[in-house]
Amino acid sequence: MELIVDIYKELKDFKLNINLNIGKETLGFLGASGSGKSMTLRCIAGLVKPDKGRIVLNGRVLFDSEKRINLPVQERNVGLLFQNYALFANLTVKENISFGLRNLPKREQEFKVKKKMEMMGLMALQDRYPRQISGGEQQRTALARTLVTEPDCLLLDEPFSALDNHIRSQLEKELLDTLADFKGAVVFVTHNLKECYRVSNKIMIIDRGKIVSYGTRDQVFIDPQTVKAARLTGCRNISRMEPVISGKIRAIDWGCDLEIKNNYIEGATHLGIREHQIKLVEESNLPNTYPCWVAQVTETPFTVILDLKLQEQAKEANDGLLQVIIPKDKYGGIKKKPFPWFAQLKPEHIFYLKDSV
Amino acid sequence: MEFDLSPLWISLKTASTATVVTIIVGIALARWMVFGRDLGKGRGKDLVDVLVILPMVLPPTVVGFILLLIFGKNGLVGQLLYQLGTTIVFSWSATVITATVVALPLMYRTTRGAFEQIDSSSIDAARVLGASDWYIFFRIILPLSLPGIGAGVILSFARALGEFGATLMLAGNIPGKTQTIPLAIFLAVESGEMNKAFLWVGIVLFISIAAILALNYWTRIQNRFNNVNKGI
Repeated sequence: MELIVDIYKELKDFKLNINLNIGKETLGFLGASGSGKSMTLRCIAGLVKPDKGRIVLNGRVLFDSEKRINLPVQERNVGLLFQNYALFANLTVKENISFGLRNLPKREQEFKVKKKMEMMGLMALQDRYPRQISGGEQQRTALARTLVTEPDCLLLDEPFSALDNHIRSQLEKELLDTLADFKGAVVFVTHNLKECYRVSNKIMIIDRGKIVSYGTRDQVFIDPQTVKAARLTGCRNISRMEPVISGKIRAIDWGCDLEIKNNYIEGATHLGIREHQIKLVEESNLPNTYPCWVAQVTETPFTVILDLKLQEQAKEANDGLLQVIIPKDKYGGIKKKPFPWFAQLKPEHIFYLKDSV
Repeated sequence: MEFDLSPLWISLKTASTATVVTIIVGIALARWMVFGRDLGKGRGKDLVDVLVILPMVLPPTVVGFILLLIFGKNGLVGQLLYQLGTTIVFSWSATVITATVVALPLMYRTTRGAFEQIDSSSIDAARVLGASDWYIFFRIILPLSLPGIGAGVILSFARALGEFGATLMLAGNIPGKTQTIPLAIFLAVESGEMNKAFLWVGIVLFISIAAILALNYWTRIQNRFNNVNKGI
């Protein structure tokens, strides 16, 4: 059970070059909008033809530019869930779900559709039209329509983007249950970091058609490898670096020399640290601890984001180059203290980054 | 007053026949234009589009003149038909041909508009679910386009019914054979038979208003798929 994709396609703004190999697991496909995520799914499904490459699903060759194989969409047996669900507005929920089974005998069709509707809680809605049901119900219908055809792999194109926040988490749980039962590779496209982390086993991050990071979900978040991957996984603190004589590494943009415990990456040009891993401490003599001043404070419901300037007082609000996130209640205690405060960048939390792939 | 009803029957027969031809040709053309593959180097569609739309913007007399050139004794099609022992000019078929040519742009444009409105991801979804292009066309595209197609049918019928200039040039004004209502009105007014003209105008008004009401009713019942707030 595996999906092997190695494709190249020239697009208007950039070149799409994707290479992946997954088994019965969920690959989170992360990237900014317009980075080529949906295009990759369309290539796998056969809606778009890549310029070069190979796509193999469970040993079946779907596309091979050298052997001139390009299986039509209809014969690929791939499940694709569209961002807007793409339900057929003129068909009822039940008719939508049976659409992919139209060549089966009537009785078998009825049986499969009924079973799937029962499983997904759609029985009561079977005679309604798509516009008469909620966004979450539409998503379930679309998923049922795809799953009932027993596809060899499942491609999900931002399945939650059209939904309100409060029903997202409920549907996410449902989807996780459904995916756990699914016997095949799943590719899950999203631009939401947390969603991607929760749903996936592996994560691939792409930028303008190129893979910038690929690995298990923890690898990608803890050690993103490249500047772009770090940014796309939500890392806000990235600085240029240069080695200094003391054996430490100078973070040019943060204005400090640091001790680093993580493994060096060949050709590293930048350093990164996540904003929740910078600690505000009492003493100044801990490793990697520097006096700091606050340049700007941004409040969110439960946390506070501080823009800090190390070594000297900030002259203006955008002078702070190091972002720290702390819980609000903790901030209440800290903010009474006189400057300078002390910020610690623990040696094990700083990672090296490369500028390019 | 002696009142000959034959223009009414000729008009209805002509407009109905023209509408049926228009529906088939218009839908086929629109389907090819929106979902089909282009001929040659991408110019085929543009050329056909211009040719089909042209009668809508040309003066009817120009359309009639061009049709005369094609179907006349020396015309390409005219000569061919002459060899086969038949002629189009001044026959009932001529009224159908002119009505079709002027009504087709309306049918084609509205149908094409309806096809273009369809969310392309629905069509992609159907293909991924294994459906062939023809199955998708009849099961998804056509039903979803019915409001637009219905509007096109009614507009085409009304246009075919009202055709005057080109009909006069190609079919002439032969009572009981090619004389449609618009021609009958023209003849009545010209010969000072105002009562006759009034009667015909009344009949045309009645048919036209009925067509508009039918159009509104059709739109209302067909929009049920797309309108979120109304039940079935």
